[in-house]
This record gives sequence, C-alpha cells and structure tokens, in this order.
Amino acid sequence: MKTDYFQIARDGLWNNNPALVQILGLCPLLAVTNTVINGLGLGIATLLTLVLSNVTVSLIRNIIRPEIRIPVFVLIIASFVTAIELAMNAFFYDLYKVLGIFIPLIVTNCAIIARAEAFAAKQPPLPAFFDGLMMGLGFASVLVVLGGMRELLGQGTLLANAQLMFGEAASGFSLTVIDDYRGLLLAILPPGAFIGLGLLIALKNVIDNRRKERSNEVIPVTAEAVTGT
Amino acid sequence: MLIRHMFTTATYLGLFAVIGTALVALTFINTEQRIADNELQALLRSLHELVPPRLHDNDLSEDTLTLHDHELLGSKKSVIAYQARKYGKPVAVILAPTAPDGYNGNIKLLVAIDQYGLLMGVRVIGHRETPGLGDGIEIERSEWIESFNGYSIDNPGGLGWRVEKDGGIFDQFTGATITPRAVVKAVHKALQYFEANKDTLLARPVTEDETRARLAEAEQHED
Repeated sequence: MKTDYFQIARDGLWNNNPALVQILGLCPLLAVTNTVINGLGLGIATLLTLVLSNVTVSLIRNIIRPEIRIPVFVLIIASFVTAIELAMNAFFYDLYKVLGIFIPLIVTNCAIIARAEAFAAKQPPLPAFFDGLMMGLGFASVLVVLGGMRELLGQGTLLANAQLMFGEAASGFSLTVIDDYRGLLLAILPPGAFIGLGLLIALKNVIDNRRKERSNEVIPVTAEAVTGT
Repeated sequence: MLIRHMFTTATYLGLFAVIGTALVALTFINTEQRIADNELQALLRSLHELVPPRLHDNDLSEDTLTLHDHELLGSKKSVIAYQARKYGKPVAVILAPTAPDGYNGNIKLLVAIDQYGLLMGVRVIGHRETPGLGDGIEIERSEWIESFNGYSIDNPGGLGWRVEKDGGIFDQFTGATITPRAVVKAVHKALQYFEANKDTLLARPVTEDETRARLAEAEQHED
C-alpha cells in the first residue's frame, strides 16, 4: 500500500489535530500559552519529542513484544523529553526558566503516546517521521495561535520577549499592537486559555461545516480520532 | 516455555531502560557544565544590576554568608548573603530575603545595602503574583521596585516604611495593595536585619593566618 503523505499532513494539521480534535495535551497547552513565544517554545519541544519518539518506535516496531510495548514507549518518550529538557536548560536558559516546569509534562502529553501506538508502531520510519512532524506542527500552531490571542488581548503585544528564544538581536521583534493598553486580565489567567481554546475549536467546526455545505458531501469522520486527556 | 518467554520479554524491557538511561546520562554529562555556567551567569547578572562590577573587585558568587533569621529574612531555610568588596574592604552586601505574605505565596527578593546602610537596589527574583496586577514589582514591568533606592532604616522614619494606603511613602499599584505591601515590609525587615548584624555582614573575610591564630589561641585556653 502506498503511503498517502498528503492525507497524513491533512490529518495532523487539521482533520485530526491533536489540540483541536483529539483534545490531547491540555495541561501544557493551557498553562503556557499566555504569549506567542511561550507557545512556540513548548510547541517546538513537543514537536521534537513527537518526531523522535515516532521514528524510534517505528524502528523498533518489529522487535518489540506487544506485552511490553506501552512501558517501552513511555521509556522512550521520557528519555527524549529529559534529554530535550537538559539541552534546553543548556542552550536556551532564559526560555527554560519561563517554560521549565512544563517541559517534563510533555511526557504526560497523551498525543505523543497516542501517535506511537496508533501510527508509528504500524508504519515504516519515513511515514512515522512525517506523521510526527505534522502532528507536532498541528499542535504547535494551536499553541502559537492561542498564545497570540491571549497575548494580544491580555497585554496588547505580540512576540514580546522574543529575545528569550532568538537571542538579543530579536528584542526588536516585539510588536506593541495597542499603545497604552491596560490589558484584559482574563485573557492572561487560566480561564482565558479555556475560553480561547473553546473559541478555536468552535471556529474549526464552523469552517468544517461551511466546507461540508459547500461541497455538499459528507466528510468521513476520521476513525483514528482518539479522545482522552 | 512460558518462563523463557517472560525472561526474554523482561530482558527486552531492561535493555530499553538501559538505553534510555544512557541517553539521559550522556546528555547530562554533555550539558552539565553549560547549565552550571548559565545559572552562575544569571545569578551574577542580577547581582551586578544591584552592585555594578566597577564598585567591587571580588567574585560575588563566591563570597557568601549563610544566614538564619526566620523573623527578619522571611524564610525558615538558610538565606544567602553576597558580600561586595573593593581592595578587601566591604562596600556592600546583597541579602536574599523572602516576603512570605505575597498575594500568592512567597516573593523572593534581592536587597542590596551599601556599607552605610543605604539601599542600593531591590529586585524580585521569583514570585507568583497575579499577572497584570501584582507583577508590577518586576523591573521589566514597572520602575516601582527602584523607588527604594537611597532609602535606609531611618529614612523614612516613623510609619514611612509602608505603602501610601497605610500611611507610608511607597506607592501601591492600582488594584494590588497586598503585593507591594509584602515587598515593602520585607525590604524594611531586611534593613532591620542589616542594622542588627552589620558587623558580621560587613566583616572582612577571615584570612588563613587569622584562622590559624584563632585556633592557636583556643588551644592555649584549653591548656
């Protein structure tokens, strides 16, 4: 069977998006998305973990016995996350200080083990790699968009503290969109994250429904959709 | 047969545990030094904001004292003080007290006091105050924290060491009184601690000769 990369991309980015459809990994998702940069930082770390774990799981899929596959997946994911955490602490220290406690939580992000179990364990490395990349991008883009919404409403800026990630040269990236903005506190606080994510999911559903009406044909529900926390 | 199957399965699992641990250990070894450097650099950066390098010639991160005073320094654990010296003479000390009564728990501070008891600066190094309200104590958000500069234990006197709402001279923020109140109180207490322990805090480092002399003296007394 030929692998349909286009379908993998569509699933990861839209149809089966980890954050908007599978609603997985909510804890880090809601906790860090108060600015674009925080969202991007956690998004990249999650993306890296997903790609690494998917490829590794795919490589060992034929030697691993079914009884111990879940503990092995957990071991693989936990090792990669710890290694990424250490590397981040070493190379992006300031960003690490902001995101620090949420990085270990990537281990508990069900989206990663769900991809290992549902996709990578049954596919060759290349599709597994591509699936990790697309799922990761789908997750990261929701983090960035939600971070952007909350940052804009909450403090009237975009890309504040860009220097945490891109070095001193990037301190000019920060945009003050609304001058003298007092800030909408709700957007920065945790309820803002729930409301923001709810709005994004609603928006996705509206777009899907519009498209369905226009093409006048039923979009098949993705069988792979996994729910949980 | 079953036993053998279990054994192979367990071996596989163990093997993966070893590989995973090896990956983490390898990353740790390769990043350990860099992480330690980062932490030291970050500490020095915040200390140097308060006591600029031109005012001292010692290594702030090495000349430290360990203090205990739950009442005045706000922490049951030991609190570190960094000594700044020039030509061996103490010029300032940086205390790291905690304001235990923030709106959302502890607010960790650095308080720099010069040899005459004047505040050189205060910085918040850790807090969980409400974003947008209480976080005005951060230097990145507002200049409020600099309003302490130049004050001392006797200046302002009387009830001056309070926020304006309580009759003092320090501003509170719109919508947040508890946070600045906690910081003002903690800075005031740090000054009280300095006043009571000036001699230890501004002591010259004990040189090796002096230690030896003291030991010799103690031995004589024992005889």
